[in-house]
Amino acid sequence: MATAFLKQFTNLEPEGPAWLTAIRQRAIARFGDVGFPTTRNEDWHFTSPAPIAEATFEPMRAPTGLPDESTLAALLPGTADWIRLVFVNGRFAPTLSRPDAAGGVKVMSLAAAYREEPSLLEYHLTQRADIVDPAQVFTAINTAFMADGAVVQVQPGVSTPVPIHLLFLTDDAATGGVSHPRVLLVAEPGSNATVVEQYASLGGSRYLTNAVTEAWVGDGSTLHHIRLQQEARDAFHVGTTAVHQERDSHFLSFSFATGAALSRINIFSGLHGRGCGATLNGLYILGGSQHCDHQTRIVHAQPDCYSRELYKGVLDDASHGVFNGKVYVHPEAQKTDGKQTNNTLLLSERARIDTKPQLEIFADDVKCTHGATVGRIDETALFYMKSRGIPNTQARKLLTYAFAAEVLETIPVDILRDGLERMALERFTGTTDA
Amino acid sequence: MSSEIELLVNKDYQYGFSTDIEADQLPPGLDEGVVRAISARKNEPEWMLDWRLKAFRRWQQMTEPHWSNVKYPKIDYQAISYYSAPRSAKPLASLDELDPKIRETYDKLGIPLQEQKLLAGVAVDAVFDSVSVGTTYKAELKKHGVIFCSFAEAVREYPELVRRYLGSVVPYSDNFFAALNSAVFSDGSFVYVPKGVRCPMELSTYFRINAADTGQFERTLIVADEGAYVSYLEGCTAPKRSTNQLHAAVVELVALDRATVKYSTVQNWYAGDEHGVGGIYNFVTKRGKAFAGSRISWTQVETGSAITWKYPSVILQGDNSTGEFYSVAVVNNHQQADTGTKMIHIGRNTKSNIVSKGISAGQGNNSYRGQVKVMPKAEGARNYTQCDSMLIGNRCGAHTFPYVEVQNNTAIVEHEASTSKIGEDQIFYCKQRGLSGEQAVSMIVSGFCREVFKELPMEFALEAQQLLGITLEGSVG
Repeated sequence: MATAFLKQFTNLEPEGPAWLTAIRQRAIARFGDVGFPTTRNEDWHFTSPAPIAEATFEPMRAPTGLPDESTLAALLPGTADWIRLVFVNGRFAPTLSRPDAAGGVKVMSLAAAYREEPSLLEYHLTQRADIVDPAQVFTAINTAFMADGAVVQVQPGVSTPVPIHLLFLTDDAATGGVSHPRVLLVAEPGSNATVVEQYASLGGSRYLTNAVTEAWVGDGSTLHHIRLQQEARDAFHVGTTAVHQERDSHFLSFSFATGAALSRINIFSGLHGRGCGATLNGLYILGGSQHCDHQTRIVHAQPDCYSRELYKGVLDDASHGVFNGKVYVHPEAQKTDGKQTNNTLLLSERARIDTKPQLEIFADDVKCTHGATVGRIDETALFYMKSRGIPNTQARKLLTYAFAAEVLETIPVDILRDGLERMALERFTGTTDA
Repeated sequence: MSSEIELLVNKDYQYGFSTDIEADQLPPGLDEGVVRAISARKNEPEWMLDWRLKAFRRWQQMTEPHWSNVKYPKIDYQAISYYSAPRSAKPLASLDELDPKIRETYDKLGIPLQEQKLLAGVAVDAVFDSVSVGTTYKAELKKHGVIFCSFAEAVREYPELVRRYLGSVVPYSDNFFAALNSAVFSDGSFVYVPKGVRCPMELSTYFRINAADTGQFERTLIVADEGAYVSYLEGCTAPKRSTNQLHAAVVELVALDRATVKYSTVQNWYAGDEHGVGGIYNFVTKRGKAFAGSRISWTQVETGSAITWKYPSVILQGDNSTGEFYSVAVVNNHQQADTGTKMIHIGRNTKSNIVSKGISAGQGNNSYRGQVKVMPKAEGARNYTQCDSMLIGNRCGAHTFPYVEVQNNTAIVEHEASTSKIGEDQIFYCKQRGLSGEQAVSMIVSGFCREVFKELPMEFALEAQQLLGITLEGSVG
């Protein structure tokens, strides 16, 4: 695939401003130099990108037709009043979108932002996500090829009344293709916003989504970022979220992953001001032979910050989950308070989890803990439920749901939390009214 | 920082003297000739030389690994002398014939080489540079059928045992440093405890590097036959030199069915001075294989060495076997440590317990790197890991890299880690009860390490506590 990407780049029509062209060239050159990582790269130790590296993906074809409103509504019910941008097969679909420039928030496609917000892009775009690290070549590839995507700017002091929904869809024409969606989120000082980034499939198989989201969270602002990875079961998904936090800002992320044959989700946040907080939560529910790898990195670069992390996994069949959570504490980041937890429930004897919670600490006055557990359903709890007359299968399903619900409850958007809880309940118990 | 503490911090490495004795030393450099020369000097049989050569050829194809979290200048393997023996080393009829200068050295170190002085009841094999200079209490052990001798002697006297177990846990091709050791190892200790025998005393080896520009490559092989029990202690020191010296040892433990092997280390190699000049590079491969119902326990107190890079591991091969790892690693000044353990659960109902305490002071960097791997067949495997780090000062670092890999859903694996500093409120409380600041710190630190120290045999626990005190004192103010 490496040569195919390099060849595709030479045929690429330059899009966007001149400064971006130079960065695109640097990015593709970097990819040419380092190529795809192998499992010898520590960050890819448990996930081999070979299925992606060895396949060939053509640039994704245009959709055969656009989905109707009821199809869209079914993907995330109850969101009719949300601001929404829809992309199908990597292309912006203006007719399905409800951008809103009023109310202190600008939501537009990347192509529109090239024209309307050149200085905003020059300041932020490609500035947060690393393209040099050989482990991050997918970001370099995205940078070289990014064509469409979303730009969100929340004006200073503004709280968005409704969440912003960025929906990335694929249809039948996506088969064998690759898209490189790029999202830029800018929360200006004192603002408060919720962004839901959803990757879902209406058809198509064996395609690759290679997404990059960059976020800048200004002084005293709060950004909720909820990421739903519900790709087709035989698709590939690589997604990186790179966040820069300023003083007293809060970044709260939730990563929900149930789709794709092979997915790799990176969530990185740098705490570059005093008094920041970062909360990274996630839930992965896998079955079949799915493989899902979450990499999180929190860099404490300034004093008085805290970070909280809770990732849970429910693994069935022969699925393979990977979690690697890194927390770095720089020498000046005194009074850091960090907490990280990863719990995995193995439902099948063929399921596999590799977890690596990692702390690297250079300051002494800090409080950092991490914990990881792996196990199956608690026999005592099961016995208790059975003794109360709940059949074995039902009890197991309820306990599995309860395990997942603990982390789902942290989602701040009621409608979304209820939706995902309902979905999990349905998946584990086969009914929505338990 | 109080002046008293300052004094203690600046206290010299008390084992830093060197002994001026003639040594039979090979010139620096490593090629096949050197491997053959070492083998010839030790009058080794053909099979041993073949094994070394296989290892050497393998080593030539390998590259030095650099994945660990330590930094050091490139090692020139051709600048090291791979064999150094006290000139007078020839088979001794009794310990009284030992070169008085060597004996003096061990007296200074506090190793009770002379049996009559032995109140502790510890049988000692002392390794001076590359050769073993004497094993105490040999006769007493023989009565119980326990073999405890230098590795060279074991190759001559018990070739069938050595051939059967050598490399069975750490094959010569295992890693770069293990291959190097397999090619050039000069001596070490060999222990065999027969079926059902409980070794009547603690066995011990004391390693000392004396000659300059040499490396020490010892090899220890401990075999506990079915139902046997043995507890083994290892201590290490080296003189102060401004150049770095390489120590690449291999330790293999074999615990057959229902056997118990307890291996304790107090590692106090020279750590280099306060500017990070000199010191020992301690790149060691230690691994045990536990068969059904057996137990292997590693306890280590790592206070010395400029760089420590070791992962005492247990392969839990047999059903119902147990692996344990208790570690205290202290770094001060410019010391670096990347240490931890691997527990590989293969058999059913295997258990492992890991307790790791890392203390970083000065500009030291301490990493815990551990792997808990549950293979698909390891039903009912259980692991509990606790690794705590304490930081003293803001120029040091503490890092944790735990790898948890589970492929069986009946396994229960728990990992907990925390990082903290000595709380001002804790010190305040102690002071208010009449303790000085130093006493308070030493009390808090030894409380922090208590779970590990209680696994050490008594005399080692005391030594370890003192060592800890010396390494750390003055770094807290």
